[in-house]
Amino acid sequence: MEQLIQQVASGLANGAIYACLALALVMIFVSTDHINFAQGEMAMFSAYLCWQLLEWGVTVWIALPAVAMLSFLIGVSIERVILRPLHNAPLLSVVVVFIGLLTIFHSLAGAIWGHTIKEFASPFPKVTFAGSGYIGPHQIGMIVVTLLLLLALFAFFRFTPLGLAMRAAAQNPTSARLAGVRVDWMLALGWGLAAAIGAVAGSLVAPAVYLEPNMMASILLYGFAGALVGGISSPGGAVAGGFIVGVLENLIAYFGNLLEKASGFYLIGNGEKLSVALIIVITVLTLKPSGLFGHVTVKRV
Amino acid sequence: MATTTTAANGQVSPARSLLALGATKWLWVLLAILALLPLIGGKTGLISNYTFLQLSLMIVYAIAVLGLNLLTGFNGQISLGHGAFFAVGAYTAAILIDQAGWPFWATLPMAAISCFIVGYLFGLPALRLEGHYLALATFALAVAVPQILKYRHFEGFTNGVQGINIFKADPPFGLPLSSDQWMYLVVLAVAILMFWIARNLLDSRTGRALRAIRDQPLAADTMGINTSHYKAVTFGISAVYTGVAGALHAIIFEFVSPDSFRFELSIAILVGAVVGGIASLPGAVIGGVFVQVIEKYADALTKKITAAIHLPIDLEPWTIYGIALIVLMYTMPMGIAGGLSLLWKRLKGS
Repeated sequence: MEQLIQQVASGLANGAIYACLALALVMIFVSTDHINFAQGEMAMFSAYLCWQLLEWGVTVWIALPAVAMLSFLIGVSIERVILRPLHNAPLLSVVVVFIGLLTIFHSLAGAIWGHTIKEFASPFPKVTFAGSGYIGPHQIGMIVVTLLLLLALFAFFRFTPLGLAMRAAAQNPTSARLAGVRVDWMLALGWGLAAAIGAVAGSLVAPAVYLEPNMMASILLYGFAGALVGGISSPGGAVAGGFIVGVLENLIAYFGNLLEKASGFYLIGNGEKLSVALIIVITVLTLKPSGLFGHVTVKRV
Repeated sequence: MATTTTAANGQVSPARSLLALGATKWLWVLLAILALLPLIGGKTGLISNYTFLQLSLMIVYAIAVLGLNLLTGFNGQISLGHGAFFAVGAYTAAILIDQAGWPFWATLPMAAISCFIVGYLFGLPALRLEGHYLALATFALAVAVPQILKYRHFEGFTNGVQGINIFKADPPFGLPLSSDQWMYLVVLAVAILMFWIARNLLDSRTGRALRAIRDQPLAADTMGINTSHYKAVTFGISAVYTGVAGALHAIIFEFVSPDSFRFELSIAILVGAVVGGIASLPGAVIGGVFVQVIEKYADALTKKITAAIHLPIDLEPWTIYGIALIVLMYTMPMGIAGGLSLLWKRLKGS
């Protein structure tokens, strides 16, 4: 039982990261209808930037916001410079450009910082507290930061004029434009926000998985799975989905382990994490493409 | 072997060729030269065995790219996970040769069958997915492939992380060829056969249905085309092409292991298709050559570029790859083949 609680707790912590990444994916999806395949590598790149700042002696609570800002700018410029000319291009062109971005960020990180694993110190103090047998301080930190980020985003979209404009641009670009919203810039803003959220996710997960150019592959896949489970058109849903797949990932490995102990038959374990994500993705896409909380889009013929 | 090749040529019906009539004649000449290469180059020692291996690999990638071309270019279904089918084909061939002792040529039809089944089955749920969602599902597939190959219960067949070693076949009937030259001829013959089938398929009723589904899915449906049937079958056929390429790759490379089928392979096939020209048969050939050339020379090229512009870091080939991809999407969205045909039309028009 104790082990089960531990698994659920660490699943929630991983889920926080998946939730961040899923949220970043949704940010871009609702405003542009694109799935950003480079999201994971962008987050990884931001994590490296953060690591570099830390190496130069910047304290983490300055480095993290600084990197989020920098990533925001990178995100905005990617939208304005690279994707803007492709607004009316066929889907394949857009997907190919995303794949191009993915390879660029991946190989650039390798070229600049090398492929050896780097230690990334946790920004949270190592304290012991009641229940710290179940969950470490860094894991609690990940969950808290994610929830704070969510709250801030919710407030931004709900209570600020800019947030309202962004929602309008995403829901009905034509009317929004007629009402004086600069839709193009709203899309770029969405990209910037996504990149910044990804930067937070990358920097938070780096201490847990060690920093290296490949660190985001499985995390991105679970981010996708989370976004799909929750509904890729719903930000709240994507966050819930992220937490769900985080817990699910650990529970599947846990019960696989139990099964092996009980019957000696190995079905599934930690080595099948990516395959589990693949199965989740395909199952959700086939059975309920709109996810748990997404709204079904009706296409007019 | 050279005679077999010409036999395959002879069946090409010039009138319905996707190429212009005059070009067909040159295609024959080109194929004849390619088929005679081992006699000319091999005997005189002008062309080394290593070069034949490189040429074979180019042809293999051309077949793989053609598979993706059929699916994405002609049917409009985006796949980022064709490395998976490449892997299925390669492992089918390697396991049959290694464990069942089959001759290499007999494994090719088996690779085709197993890939058709896998591709068709993957295509069934994929039917419900459109555009981005399909790209997403296949992306997940591509990332998960090495892990699936390492799955514990497959280890009896796949030999786990270690992979499988197989040995190249010697030429039969005491033909005076090295095994690299022999395999080159085999690969060439298979490629000609498969391109010929693809061309006839695309020229047929089926081919028109595929393109109709790509351009106007709804209209195609109303016209009585069974969209879901065609889409799933196309997925299967596409997997057959890429899978046979995988099998050939395993045979000439003499080795398979889970880490040869990482996400990068799927990207390489996609890059080949896009660079060559996504809805074009000559484009698939250009793409195949491109993939192999890049794989071989990208390192050296990248070092030169790094030195030329005095960068403080050592760029990696994939950075150039990525930049080339993005630039290509702006300048030549129809790839090199599309760009060339556009250029040709302009020249003829003026």
